[in-house]
Amino acid sequence: MTSPVLRMTGITKRFGALVANDAITLDVNGGEVLALLGENGAGKSTLVSILFGHYVADAGTIEAFGQPLPPGDPAAALAAGIGMVHQHFTLAENLSVLDNIMLGTESLWRPISARRAARARLQDTAQRFGLAVAPDARVGDLSVGERQRVEILKALFRDARVLILDEPTAVLTPQESESLFATLKHLVAQGLSVIFISHKLDEVLRVSDRIAVLRGGRMVATLPARDAGKNKLAELMVGRPLARTLAKPHLRGDVVCELRGVGVTGALHDVSLALRAGEIVAVAGVSGNGQAALADVLCGLRAPDAGSVALEGITMRAEPRAWIGAGVARVPEDRHAVGVIGDLPVWENAIAEHYRKPFASAGLVRRASSRAYARRLVERYDVRGAGIDAPARSLSGGNMQKLILGRALTGAAARADDYVPVLIVANQPTWGLDIGAVGYVHQQLLDACARGSAVLLISEDLDEILQLADRIAVIHAGRLTPARPAREWTLPAIGLAMAGAIESPHAA
Amino acid sequence: MRLEARAELSRSMLVAAPFVAIAATLAIAAAFVAWAGAPVGRTYALIFDGGFGSRFAWSETLTRATPLILTGLAAAVAFRARLYNIGAEGQLYVGALAAIAVGGLHGGTGFELPAAVLHPAMLVAAMAAGALLMLVPALLKTRLGVDEVVTTLLLNFIALLFVSMMLDGPMKDPMAMGWPQSVALQDTLELAKLIERTRVHTGLLYAIALAVLLWGLFRYTTFGFEARAVGANARAAAFAGVPVQRTVVVVALLSGALAGLAGAIEVAGRTGYVTLDMSPGYGYSGIVIAMLAGLNPLGVVAAAIFVAGILVGADSMSRGVAVPTYIADVIVSVALLSMLVATAFARYRLRWN
Repeated sequence: MTSPVLRMTGITKRFGALVANDAITLDVNGGEVLALLGENGAGKSTLVSILFGHYVADAGTIEAFGQPLPPGDPAAALAAGIGMVHQHFTLAENLSVLDNIMLGTESLWRPISARRAARARLQDTAQRFGLAVAPDARVGDLSVGERQRVEILKALFRDARVLILDEPTAVLTPQESESLFATLKHLVAQGLSVIFISHKLDEVLRVSDRIAVLRGGRMVATLPARDAGKNKLAELMVGRPLARTLAKPHLRGDVVCELRGVGVTGALHDVSLALRAGEIVAVAGVSGNGQAALADVLCGLRAPDAGSVALEGITMRAEPRAWIGAGVARVPEDRHAVGVIGDLPVWENAIAEHYRKPFASAGLVRRASSRAYARRLVERYDVRGAGIDAPARSLSGGNMQKLILGRALTGAAARADDYVPVLIVANQPTWGLDIGAVGYVHQQLLDACARGSAVLLISEDLDEILQLADRIAVIHAGRLTPARPAREWTLPAIGLAMAGAIESPHAA
Repeated sequence: MRLEARAELSRSMLVAAPFVAIAATLAIAAAFVAWAGAPVGRTYALIFDGGFGSRFAWSETLTRATPLILTGLAAAVAFRARLYNIGAEGQLYVGALAAIAVGGLHGGTGFELPAAVLHPAMLVAAMAAGALLMLVPALLKTRLGVDEVVTTLLLNFIALLFVSMMLDGPMKDPMAMGWPQSVALQDTLELAKLIERTRVHTGLLYAIALAVLLWGLFRYTTFGFEARAVGANARAAAFAGVPVQRTVVVVALLSGALAGLAGAIEVAGRTGYVTLDMSPGYGYSGIVIAMLAGLNPLGVVAAAIFVAGILVGADSMSRGVAVPTYIADVIVSVALLSMLVATAFARYRLRWN
C-alpha cells in the first residue's frame, strides 16, 4: 500500500432537499481493492458519478495522482486514468470487440483508422492482464461475463489506473463472479486500484482489501476487510441490528397452478411446473434466460405458443383481467414501467386492477369508496409518500413496490386480510430495494404463503432464493429444471444449472 | 447544458405554462411585425381590438371559435390517450360532406322528413363519417403497429381529394356557375343565431356542452380512466387489465366523430354548403389549441377563443397597418412551439454544466 492515488475531500451533492453525498472524504490507495458498500440510495452511485464527471459536486475536491481533477468532465477523468464499468454495459452489440474498444479513442478528423496498431495494443493489454477475448467477435454474440470483460478491457485500453466497477456481479452467475474476482486480484497485483461497488456482503468480504460503508449519504466507516465481519458490516450499512425474516412452517396443499409443456417461441421450451398452495417455488437464473416470458404467461399477458396453463384445473386465457379475477396476485419485474402508471395518482393506481368491479358502477368510478380503499391500502402496507393524490411516480422504489404488492395481495377486499390470493407471481420483487424494504417484501410473501397462497418467486438473487424457497427450479436458455426441494440444491449446483451445465434434468 | 427532470412537478408551474408561452409568443412575433415595418404596439392593439374589442369583434371571434373548440376537443381526446390524430382536417371535411348528404337539397328537394328527425340524423352522419375515417388509422395502429401520425396526416389529402371529387361530381351545385361547391343545406336545418345580427350560432352551445361532457367523461368514468391510463403508460395499463387496443379504437372513433361534427356545425351554422376552402386549417389549429389547453377539455374552450381572437383580430388589423394576415398563422404556430417549450421547462430544469 503506497500513497493515495485518488483523494476525494469533502464531497457534497444535493438533489433538491435530498443530500445524496454529505461531506464524503475518501482515499484510494495504489494496488488495492476498495469496496464501496451501502444500501440502494446510500449515495454510492452518486459518489462515483461525481468522481467520473457525470455530476458536479456542490462542494469538495478530487485529486487524482496528485493533480486536481476538473469537475464535471468525463474526458478529464479518463485522461487522468479513471475508468468506469457501468452496471448496464455501454457496448454496441452489432460491432466487434475491437470496434467497441476503439470507439471514442480516435479523433473524428483522422482520415484513416489505426486498426492494426489498436489490435496489437488490445492483444498486448489482454495478455498482460490475463483477459482473453476474441477481437473480431461480435459483442452481441458474447455472454454477459464476456461482455463485462470487454468493458474492463475498454477501460484498460485507455490506460485506466483506477477502475470503478458498479455492481459488477449483479448480472453474473456465481462461476462468472469467481472469474471476475480472479481478474480483479490480477489487476491489483499489477498496481492498479479498483473501486468495487456492491451491496452484497459476502463478495465484498471476499474480494476487497478495504471497505468503505456509506449510509444515507454519509461515510459511516472505513475499515480493513480483515477486521470486518458480515454482521458488523450489515449493521453499519443499515444503522441498526437486522431483524431476520423467519420462514414459517409451510402447509403444502393441492396443486393450484400447473404448466404443461409450455413453450414460447424464442424464449421458453417445454416448461412444466406444478405450484401447490402454501409453498414458495423459486425460479433461479441469469437474467434473460426466459424469465420474462414465463412471468408474462403467468400474469396473463401472453398465451403460450405450445402447452397449456391451468389454474385450479381451469385452462386460462391470456387476459390479465381473467387472471386477476381468478385470484392471481402479480408483481411485475419493472415496477416503474409496468407496475404503476406514474402520471396517475396513487389512489387510481391502487384500484387499477379492479377499476370496473367493484370500484365502478354504471361506468362511473366510485370515487369515495376507491379513495377509502386506497387510504386503507396505504396504511396497511405502510406506503410512505405525499398521500393518495400524489402521482405514483413520486413514490420511492420501496414504497412503489409496497403499493403494487399491497394492491395485489388485497384484491378488492374491504379488509386487507380478508383475501387470500390463490397464486402470487412475483418477478424480481426486491430488485433495487434497500434492505428494509427487502425484508418487508419477504415477510409479506411468507405471510401470504402461510395463509395458503402458492408463491412463484422469479429472482436473480440467490441469497433471496435460498432464504425463502421451499422448492427451487433453475431456468437456462428457456428450459426449466424440475423444481426440487431447496435442501437438495447446493450453491455450486445452482450455479452450474444457471450456466446451463446440467443438460439432463435428472443429473445432479 | 442539459435537461434534468424536476423531482416534483409543481401544479402552479403547469398552470402558468400557457400564459408564459403566450407572452413569449407575442414577444417573438413582435420581431416579425417590426420586420414588416409596422409599429408593434399599434399592430397588437389592432389585433386585440379586432378580436375582442367590441360586441361585433366578440361575435366574430366566437363564430370562429366554434369549429376550433370541436377540433381542439378532437385532438385533446386523442392526445390524452397518446393517439396522435393529425387528421382532424380531413375528418372535418368528410363530416361536412356527410351533413350535406343527409340534409342537403338534391335535385331541388332534400329528404322530406321533419327537421326534428333530419337534424340529429345530419349530425350523426357527420360524426359517423369522421369516426369512420379515423377507424382506418386506428385499426392499422392497433393491428399492425402503423404509426398513426403518418396515416392520419396522409388521409387528410385523400379526404380532401375525395371531397373535391364529390364537389365536382355527384354533389356539385348546378346553380354555382361552375364553382366546385356542394348543393346547399335545407333551410330548416340551419342552426339558429345566438345573437341577432351576428353570425354566432347555437353550434357554440353544442361545442361548449361537449367540452363539459368530455371533461366529466375523463374525470369520472371508467372509460376516462382507461383512456388516461393508456395514454400515460400503455404497458402498465395492459398489465392492470385495461383493454388497451379497444380503448385506443374507441378514443379514435370519438376523436374522429368530434372533428366530423365540427364540419357539420360549420355547414349548418355558417356556410350552408361545402366548399374546398371552408376550413382555413381548423383541423391543424385544433392541435395547437389542445396543446395550449394542456389537453384539458375545459381549457380547450379558452384556448380556442384565444386562437380565434388572434385570427379574427389579424384580419381586421391587416386593414389598418401593412402587416399581412399571415402574422396570425405565425403567432399560432409560435404559440404551439412556445407551449411545448414551456411544458418542457415545467417538467425539466436546465442545468448549465
